[in-house]
Amino acid sequence: MSGQNQYSVMRDITLFAGLGVLILIIFLTQGSVYSLRMLVEAGCYAILALGLTIQWGYAGLFNVGVMGFIAAGAASSMLITFPRNPEFWNSAGPELVAVFIVKLIACGVLVWLANISNRWGIGGKLRALFIAVAIAVAYLVLSDHMSEMSTQIEKASGWMGGLGLPVAVGWIVAGIVAGVIAWFVGKICLGLRADYLAIATLGIAQIIKHFLKNADWLTHGTLSVSPLPWPVPKPADGEFLLARASYLSIVAIAIVIIYLLLQRAYHAPWGRMMRAIRDNENASASMGKNVNGRRLEIFVLGCILMGFGGAMLIHFTSIYDPSGFIDLNHTFLVWVMVILGGSGNNRGAIFGAVLVYIIWVMSEPLALTLFEFIGTYGKAWFDWDPPSDLNSRALQMRVFVIGLAITLVLRFAPQGVLPEKQARH
Amino acid sequence: MSLLDITDLEAGYGQMSILKGVNMSLEAGEIGVIVGPNGAGKSTTLKAIFGMLNITGGAIRFDGNDITGMRSEKLAEHRIAFVPQENNVFASLSVHENLEMGAYVRRDDFSDVLDHVYEIFPPLKEKRDQPAGELSGGQRQMVAFGRALMIEPKLILLDEPTAGLSPMFMSQIFDRVIAINKTGVTVAMVEQNAKQALAIAHKGFVLAGGQNSYTDSGQNLLNNPEVARSFLGG
Amino acid sequence: MNEFVFFLNKGLTSGLIIGSIYALGAIGVTLIFGILRFAHFAHGDMMTLGAFVTLILTAVLAAMGIVLPLPLAFVAMFPAMIITAVLAIGLDRVFYKPLRQAGAKPVILVMASVGVTLMLQGLIRLFAGVRSRNMFVEAPKEIFQIPFPGASRKLVITEPQVLLILFTIIAVIALHWFLTRSRLGKAMRAVSDNPDLAKITGINTNHVVWATWIIGGSLACAAGTLLSMDVTLKPDLSFNILLPIFAATIVGGIGQPYGAIAGGFLVGFCESLAVFNWAILLRPFKDDLWFEIPRNMALVPTEYKLMVPFLILIIVLIYRPTGIFKGRVL
Repeated sequence: MSGQNQYSVMRDITLFAGLGVLILIIFLTQGSVYSLRMLVEAGCYAILALGLTIQWGYAGLFNVGVMGFIAAGAASSMLITFPRNPEFWNSAGPELVAVFIVKLIACGVLVWLANISNRWGIGGKLRALFIAVAIAVAYLVLSDHMSEMSTQIEKASGWMGGLGLPVAVGWIVAGIVAGVIAWFVGKICLGLRADYLAIATLGIAQIIKHFLKNADWLTHGTLSVSPLPWPVPKPADGEFLLARASYLSIVAIAIVIIYLLLQRAYHAPWGRMMRAIRDNENASASMGKNVNGRRLEIFVLGCILMGFGGAMLIHFTSIYDPSGFIDLNHTFLVWVMVILGGSGNNRGAIFGAVLVYIIWVMSEPLALTLFEFIGTYGKAWFDWDPPSDLNSRALQMRVFVIGLAITLVLRFAPQGVLPEKQARH
Repeated sequence: MSLLDITDLEAGYGQMSILKGVNMSLEAGEIGVIVGPNGAGKSTTLKAIFGMLNITGGAIRFDGNDITGMRSEKLAEHRIAFVPQENNVFASLSVHENLEMGAYVRRDDFSDVLDHVYEIFPPLKEKRDQPAGELSGGQRQMVAFGRALMIEPKLILLDEPTAGLSPMFMSQIFDRVIAINKTGVTVAMVEQNAKQALAIAHKGFVLAGGQNSYTDSGQNLLNNPEVARSFLGG
Repeated sequence: MNEFVFFLNKGLTSGLIIGSIYALGAIGVTLIFGILRFAHFAHGDMMTLGAFVTLILTAVLAAMGIVLPLPLAFVAMFPAMIITAVLAIGLDRVFYKPLRQAGAKPVILVMASVGVTLMLQGLIRLFAGVRSRNMFVEAPKEIFQIPFPGASRKLVITEPQVLLILFTIIAVIALHWFLTRSRLGKAMRAVSDNPDLAKITGINTNHVVWATWIIGGSLACAAGTLLSMDVTLKPDLSFNILLPIFAATIVGGIGQPYGAIAGGFLVGFCESLAVFNWAILLRPFKDDLWFEIPRNMALVPTEYKLMVPFLILIIVLIYRPTGIFKGRVL
């Protein structure tokens, strides 16, 4: 570790003070209502960044599917909290769904039994056959029921609708659902090399988004669902200030609680073991530590935070739209936050999230202005006809900049601006 | 002037220093054997010669050139070959391709060397089109030797060539080493089986704790009661 | 018989076409994986980049009024392959090589490639917009209709499809020849097999790395171009094509070019056969069957096509992570 990148309290204080001044300037120039919205969203991103930083920083896990876990969390929370759809509950729908869940469990048990059939002395080839048959049967049964169910529900009631439960329940379920998905992905990939986890998470994110976009019966598909309920009174009569401020305070409380819990875990034996594994996998494995088990724990924990933070973010915007989940905004932006802030450092993740989000939000009008400028002068000076979709192209600049930021940080500041504090024990 | 001259070599992995002043010199055509207890820095010495770790002090001269810290790729051009202890063949390449790869740095015609290698290792000729990974341990060792011989090395470094082989193969391997040496190749070898190895050595180097503790001719070391007591197991 | 011809057109041909594309992409990914030891996430955008280079060259050729018996885009593809290969080496020098030399872990390189893919994506869309484009600048593509004995429906295959299949066959033979006969090709296999020993042996790693990027980059360009010729050039290919290509790579075993080819076709056929409506093949026998044929008997609804490579990937990762051709044990 080079000397200049060592942890220092002064650097911490200076950077956070600078961030405070930046926020103050935004409040003064852009007005409180706008700035509050930005802060709430930045706060939600901070939770996502915390989830990612523990995966990457504590355990070296490369998760490229943040967007998928956000989407899964947001969709579950939407289903839990959105008001009930009486048409669905009066139709045959609930029964179909119940039967589906029963079949799902039965199929899961079937595949699991085939998988562990070697415990009863069933040989490799036969076991492979059992597994193949079990998977095929499960697939046929489930896909058949699913297509039947979706047609019926869509015909009878459009979609399922929600359960109308409190928002807090929705957010917790969001975390649980994301965690369960993460458990499956992690269970499969964590014994293999890091690249495989990256590929699998990229895949699962695309699949989740794809599913949510097409599952009209479950989530209204691309038709989107709004308005999502808030845990605090919604802005009435244009009274945004109070509503947003109270939402912000809830986000802030969540960040503080998560931060404190993570700090505790970091300094506990569990955290020490995590870092030992990250820094020297072979040595830890030879000392009898269950490397993959620990990794699975941290991967699931990180994804729970992503589901939770994602639900918070989507509830704040008040509209659930599966097309709105974009790799760039919901995966790679979070990555920039984490590696810029300093991986493995929770304060760094929060700092990175807020700073990068502010830059991100500001960059949109900036890019548009820049391109308008180029367009105008290009026409005036070189008689260049700007293409009609100049605005949508201008926004692509941000894709480029995010990519550039990732490569530059990796090369020139691999530890970020707030490096991990080397804990001494 | 000696062919290989190592003076006060200090080297290690990262910040951990392992060699703390190793001295060694070999004349052209000699067999030099490095023995010593585990962790004495035997293999590390070979790896340091072959540019595979950080050298923090001392110098290595070969054939009048300073090769201290020279990268492995370059050393093949100086006609130094290294046979590592493990993973010393390209398992998915055929025997023939393994030998061809050995000659990668050569741009001239090397068919006579190839014939020569097949001559000293007849089983390889038979299995020339088989993947090297499918051969037995002893035959794999032949492939590894053959690969190293392809550059017609002036110096060949062998890292525990008999490790994991049965006693029968062990004496075969030592015979090969002598045969290779007879063709004029200087050999520097690390061995666990110190007695047998010192018996064929012109020079022996006993390392302990990253330093030379005895340096003498192979025969003298074998006859030295102190060496026998502390390093050769009585 | 008509139903059978329909099956050939919709099931087999499309599997062959998409399989060729995946195979061409997966060869590059598997070589990069085997030699540079990281999953190259920018491969999808490298394909798009190559297709755009081709498109620009095609437009130039068309503007010059050149008329050829082959589609201009196919001719322009060859210089474009060279350009893409050079760009790939350039990307390596600027973004990957410094990290490699600093001894970064493979996962850092994976991340850098994600950064590179975003940069390429941004640049391509910035300069070319987001709409899809037709690669046939000069004339519409030719469609061959081959009469099939005993059927009124004709076998349909388009000119770019024929070119794609021919190109894939030639590329595979050339690759095989290169890897087993040439000095550099063997050195590539050696580095992929045992990088430490390759260094000891004196194999020039730089040459091997260049060769890897030249093959990977030029085949990515070819795959991107030929795919765009078959349908249209879409700038948002990126992550959607990456998943099947990675699946093909892992199914075939990492560092195994032949495995990648087989994996590419396996994934391609699985995809097209999974979304094929099998009910059509059963229809001629509808009077002899004891059950009523459902309207749609596709294994996977078309909108969930992406599930197929993912499921293949997951199953291989669970039961045989070294791939069906025994790739490197990881």
